[in-house]
Amino acid sequence: MRKEIRITGFGGQGIVLAGYILGKAASVYDQKSATLVQSYGPEARGSACAAQVVIATDKIHYPYVRHQEILAAMSQEGYDSHSGKLEPGGTLLYDRDLVEIIERPPSAALLAGVPATRTAEKLGRRMAANIVMLGFLVGCTRIVKKDAMREAVRTSVPPGTEEFNLTALERGFTYAREAMREHKQTQAKESG
Amino acid sequence: MSAKHAVLTGEHFMNGDVAAAEGGLAAGCTFFGGYPITPATEVAERMSERLPEVDGIYIQMEDEIASMCAILGAAWGGAKSMTSTSGPGFSLMMENLGLGFMTETPCVLVNVQRGGPSTGLPTLVGQQDIMQARWGSHGDYEVIALAPNSPQECFDLTIEAFNLSEQYRMPVLVMTDEVIGHMTEKVVIPPPEQIRLTPRRYTRRPPAEYVPFATGQDLVPEMIKFGEGYRVHITGLTHDERGYPVINATEQAKLVRRLVDKVRRNAERILRVEEDGTDGAEVVIVCYGITSRVAQMALELARRKRKRVGLMRLVTVWPFPEARIRELARQVRGFVVPEINLGQIVYEVERCAAGQARTLLVPHAGGDVHPPEAILRAIEEVLS
Repeated sequence: MRKEIRITGFGGQGIVLAGYILGKAASVYDQKSATLVQSYGPEARGSACAAQVVIATDKIHYPYVRHQEILAAMSQEGYDSHSGKLEPGGTLLYDRDLVEIIERPPSAALLAGVPATRTAEKLGRRMAANIVMLGFLVGCTRIVKKDAMREAVRTSVPPGTEEFNLTALERGFTYAREAMREHKQTQAKESG
Repeated sequence: MSAKHAVLTGEHFMNGDVAAAEGGLAAGCTFFGGYPITPATEVAERMSERLPEVDGIYIQMEDEIASMCAILGAAWGGAKSMTSTSGPGFSLMMENLGLGFMTETPCVLVNVQRGGPSTGLPTLVGQQDIMQARWGSHGDYEVIALAPNSPQECFDLTIEAFNLSEQYRMPVLVMTDEVIGHMTEKVVIPPPEQIRLTPRRYTRRPPAEYVPFATGQDLVPEMIKFGEGYRVHITGLTHDERGYPVINATEQAKLVRRLVDKVRRNAERILRVEEDGTDGAEVVIVCYGITSRVAQMALELARRKRKRVGLMRLVTVWPFPEARIRELARQVRGFVVPEINLGQIVYEVERCAAGQARTLLVPHAGGDVHPPEAILRAIEEVLS
């Protein structure tokens, strides 16, 4: 098993941290291999930012995304520049508050939005939008165990913010359950 | 805080830069003199946080010239010392790196390679300093340079670099690259008692009987720590066994030959390569650092096409595995050498192959890794 994931957004949203937590969950808490490589512009904040995570059951040699099976977009720019590269049958997740989708990319078997930023704002800290997105991503794709994610979040966020971030993660899981229910209903309708 | 925090035993998800810093700490490094530069900044950053926890010293120097000087001085003061840099900083360190070889000062320099020349590509990868590592300082000398291909190896090989620096009393280079430095992967840090460390080769002779640069058969002199009663002259000038400058051809031959021979005679012991399927291979890929991971993918693509391809990864780039390449050259049709430069290690392979096997460079100007297909095409070309 080799899964290639790209998380995109802009500097300051915690895109790289999201990739870090996902990779840590897989490699430290879920007996898998994981690599994270990141790309960013010369400015730390506000410029385009992407994290590439590869998760596999075997050793990973090549750490870059070549077959983008999962894309999580937290900015319009990130969505626009990477949604076209989704593998057929891929999963496309996006922050409903920041990304507007005009046309469904044909290769997306699953297209699902989550109000990540608004949820984080309601919880009190906009900074946790990345964690909501992570919960949503893992809930929709089951790429790592939920407990592994909880452990990775707990050990990666600043001390004192653990409970808050774990709540954000659970919100993501909840949105994922709803999204997957809707997805299955749509699929059932389509298949007739 | 106590020194027990020097080794962060456990499983971590860590980037290569941080892992190199942790490797240094686990090896007992207590002094870091450096100047931040992308993509090596995280090494210095980590050291600035961690060294105070283990009663060590982090100094941000005014530049890389001073950084290299500072770690030489710290070593003579009794510390295990290290620095890290990239691109232009590596160039600035060259003069004092030579001072380190001449004065036989154990220390470690981590170069997280980025694209050059000059300021080049601060945030993007290169493997263009491999020959500079070998020949960048003036004069004759031998180097030891290790090339990690994962954050785990950034940890392991930084420890190894410290051990080699103590064993042979010389600066040792860790030649990593931007991708490995910035890539995050699982790093397992063992308990301290499972980490093998080579102690500094301090003399047991009293000050009156100590001859600073006298050596036995292994050509490595014993060291002292300043402040313990020994009065020693340390100079970059050609010196005799007592350490005093002697400017003539006889002493030059004695000293410089010994500096070179202490590595050359032990080259087979120092050098490390990893081979995958080289027995019976028609083509062998010779690679190092991040490119070895890309080459591994090319290897799999080639094997799927039923090509008999092997891979040799240089864990130590210097010393270079001359004898093994010569041996393989008699067995294979050719070597494929992908590197993120326009030709450096390929010349070493070509030299050792000595016309017995074809040698094909897969060049890359930097800023990115090779597409695995480019390496595959080179394999097919050798076989055609």
